Amino acid sequence: MNNYHLNHLRELEAESIFVFREVAAQFDNPVILFSGGKDSIVMFHLARKAFYPAKVPIPLLHIDTGHNFEETIKFRDNLVEKYGVKLYVGSVQKTIDEGKVREETGYNASRNVLQTTTLLDAIEEHKFDAAMGGGRRDEEKARAKERFFSHRDEFGQWDPKNQRPELWNLFNGKKRMGEHFRVFPLSNWTELDVWQYIYMEDIEIPNLYFTHKREVFERDGVLLATAPFMTLKPNEKPEILDVRCRTIGDITNTGLTRSKADNLKDIIDEIAAERTTERGQRFDDKRSETAMEDRKKEGYF
Amino acid sequence: MTEKKDTNGYLDMELLRFTTAGSVDDGKSTLIGRLLYDSKSIFEDQIEAIEKAGRNQGKSEIDLALLTDGLRAEREQGITIDVAYRYFATPKRKFIIADTPGHIQYTRNMVTGASTANLAIILIDARNGVIEQTLRHAYIASLLQIPHIVVCINKMDLVDYDEAVYEKIKKQFESFAPKLEVRDIKFIPISALKGDNVVEPSENMPWYRGTTLMYLLENIYIKGDYNHTDARFPVQYVIRPQSEEFHDYRGYAGRIDGGIFKVGDKIKVFPSGLESKIKSIDTLNEKLDFAFAPQSVSITVEDDIDISRGDMIVKPDNLPVQSQDITAMISWFNERPLQVRGKYTLRHTTNEVKCIIQEVKFKMDINSMNKNTEDKEIKMNDIGKIKIKTAKPLFFDAYRKNRNTGSFILIDDITNETVGAGMIVTDKA
Repeated sequence: MNNYHLNHLRELEAESIFVFREVAAQFDNPVILFSGGKDSIVMFHLARKAFYPAKVPIPLLHIDTGHNFEETIKFRDNLVEKYGVKLYVGSVQKTIDEGKVREETGYNASRNVLQTTTLLDAIEEHKFDAAMGGGRRDEEKARAKERFFSHRDEFGQWDPKNQRPELWNLFNGKKRMGEHFRVFPLSNWTELDVWQYIYMEDIEIPNLYFTHKREVFERDGVLLATAPFMTLKPNEKPEILDVRCRTIGDITNTGLTRSKADNLKDIIDEIAAERTTERGQRFDDKRSETAMEDRKKEGYF
Repeated sequence: MTEKKDTNGYLDMELLRFTTAGSVDDGKSTLIGRLLYDSKSIFEDQIEAIEKAGRNQGKSEIDLALLTDGLRAEREQGITIDVAYRYFATPKRKFIIADTPGHIQYTRNMVTGASTANLAIILIDARNGVIEQTLRHAYIASLLQIPHIVVCINKMDLVDYDEAVYEKIKKQFESFAPKLEVRDIKFIPISALKGDNVVEPSENMPWYRGTTLMYLLENIYIKGDYNHTDARFPVQYVIRPQSEEFHDYRGYAGRIDGGIFKVGDKIKVFPSGLESKIKSIDTLNEKLDFAFAPQSVSITVEDDIDISRGDMIVKPDNLPVQSQDITAMISWFNERPLQVRGKYTLRHTTNEVKCIIQEVKFKMDINSMNKNTEDKEIKMNDIGKIKIKTAKPLFFDAYRKNRNTGSFILIDDITNETVGAGMIVTDKA
């Protein structure tokens, strides 16, 4: 009788698939935010499971900062072609060109904050009513209280003090015109769960996650990749090291890890032994202690 | 199902969801901090961040409570006001903690955290013994039918690790336990601050022969927590690929809320009452011979019958209750009180119906567990028993029999807010 039991990954998977189907059923025009990072790749894999044998009926939206690892864009385009899913791209460069935001200047200039405007514009332009993201509650403490179905007002803002309660598996996606939801199917996953799941399911991920030689430099204890649009300070010396990405985002704030891990099992062992969170390597979160909460309120991912 | 195995056992772990209810003073945050810290689930940059936050508040030592305090407003007021979810893992299990505040004005948050938990930790300050708040936490755990309760008698270091104090509190708790509907209650004397019996066995309490809290969390038997007797499959979504390969495919997608479904099983569909047989159970990886709660699958049936979202697939020899008259315990979430004769949208499994509140039977005094039949106004954070009439029949079980097919939420049609959470009571159970 009691062999009817799931391991922790299968239970998380069942929960996430449930959330995907709930979104498809409750919303008219949902979209999956796709960055090309491992979380969004796992999201897409779960979406395929949720709707098999049909194609994933929800399109992807990539908010493109223009500062990408080349490999990410290749990977994205391959995936879109292979699974026949529709892709929308929201361009941060276009938002800048239209004068809606001003690009940061200086050494630590990042387009990460600017993404918010591009995302909200894309949501408005295409009338998306649910944007599904790969955010996890273990990432950062402002996310610990985030809901699976997170309500946003007509300005795209999040009100942490007035969130809808979520009980059992009953999700309330009701909204007024102009409002939308952010939905987080991976809420209960941790970084280690994501890696274990990639291993268990043999999910293809970009080579950036495995060890490779790359020209990098160190800034405030974080290793960053050199790129044409990065300005080095006089004391920063680029060198070629064996590194891999722990997260993949905008190239200007994706910290690299020194690593020789060339397979998933070594990566899992490395993560299990890690002493810093993956966001600890993201340059943008270090700005202030409540950086994430402030950005979320304004409609960040 | 065949699963990939690995040498590190990562893929053999179980998932345990537990809730902790407590107030500022009873050491809840310290206990969670201790569990995270001793299981090495706290990262260096998180410690750095709370050290920095502590310095800004003028504190000199590391305050583990800051780790579990999420939002800025809460940090400033020094209280936890919402449900926060925390994660840690040991080689045996992955844990999800629903960390909730303990004061009566946060009853709704405690109910939310309890709704998905397998286990509840109830903290008692050894100096104070069983107090009003203890009763409240125990009542909520019982009402929400959390299968396992662990009563941690904390701050044993402040009562000289005295066995007599522990025994007295245990007896106090056991004296009202018959009023609760809990299958499994365990007691552990601990000091979260000093670490006694949390992760490491205590050298200060040789008289205690039980296990540590961590051992219990890692080993308590949870395979029986899902209902695998009453087969229930609420249809969530209909999959129609309309591709050449799957030309006539109609898959009924959903998450099994109870029982086991096998290929070839006779099934009955509510509300149509039509019967058929299971033709296949499909997932992306493989076709399954059987599926069980809480798996998410897609089912195809032999006959071409009309099935849509909100319908429920069951087996003909084990039917849910079918009725438009619902009696339920309700936990109220909204500033606007429950309106008798008021209309709401009721969401139950994947089904949604309009309903009207007919009557409040009583309001529960959750500090004393007495029923109040005089003042029956159900306000925010109140719990009471109500009667509801729905516009169409629901297919349900008693909440104590099945937490998924026995629960519902009420939604306000004007604000779209979730205003109440209900647990269905039936005559039989």
